[in-house]
Amino acid sequence: MTLQLVLLIAAALFSVGLYGTLSQQVVVMVMMGIEVMLNAVILAAAAVWWFLAPTPDGQTLLLVVIAAMTVEMAMGFAGAIVLHRSRNSDMTDSATDLAG
Amino acid sequence: MLEAILFWLFGVVAVASAVAVFRTDSMARASYALAVSFIAVGAIVVQVRLDYIGLIIVLMMVMEMAIMAVFMVMFMGMNPALMPMDMTHDKRRSVLFSVVVFAVLAAAAVLIPWPARTGSPPSDTIESLGNTIMSSKMLVMLTISPVLFATIVSALVLANPRGRYDRYGDGLDRRIPEDPQRGGLGR
Repeated sequence: MTLQLVLLIAAALFSVGLYGTLSQQVVVMVMMGIEVMLNAVILAAAAVWWFLAPTPDGQTLLLVVIAAMTVEMAMGFAGAIVLHRSRNSDMTDSATDLAG
Repeated sequence: MLEAILFWLFGVVAVASAVAVFRTDSMARASYALAVSFIAVGAIVVQVRLDYIGLIIVLMMVMEMAIMAVFMVMFMGMNPALMPMDMTHDKRRSVLFSVVVFAVLAAAAVLIPWPARTGSPPSDTIESLGNTIMSSKMLVMLTISPVLFATIVSALVLANPRGRYDRYGDGLDRRIPEDPQRGGLGR
């Protein structure tokens, strides 16, 4: 296990998540894509922590990313509920007027 | 040797199950695949001796995927495990963009001359994390706390179908609340 190998796996995870975020129509599936991308960020940050500077401060950054994931999920679900209630749909294509 | 085998195993499982999330035609299977991907990443994080963070990832994400499955059943109005579907758009450009991003990130990971490790890992990473967030990084935790609280309030306000402004008016000056059904205490 080397830093480069872990970062390659994190890059693969990030790209897969990016594909999902861009290609999926259902709001919950878009959130899944963002989750995979944040998962990759956690993996990369953990690897950088271990292989470059294993000080306690680096672990705090990982806690911040995990908190960001929590916020993203909570607000995503709340947004999905509002969309479903107002338009009876959970598809991003039915909310294009929200862009910009 | 065992460490390398486990790393490759978890790495392949993490990426393969992440791909399966967007390849499967069932949203229920997609949420299970995402949970497997998170568990594999949590295992790699434990391998670099971040036991507490790895455990949090596994526990939090398994619960999150369970909630996600409930949401899918709620919104889709059917059994998502039994009804295959394809709800994608702009696949070709998405694949192209993702491949380009992977190439750039992979090139950076391989070509950057990473510096040598400075310092040594603490003997007990969990204890050192606890000490850090209770001392020098307490401000970070104090910042996260109101953000999480604001998230709870905002999510509830968004998800609530009828708030007090709906019932008592924009100025909250309506004497009797406007409810779809009559009744209640004192009415």
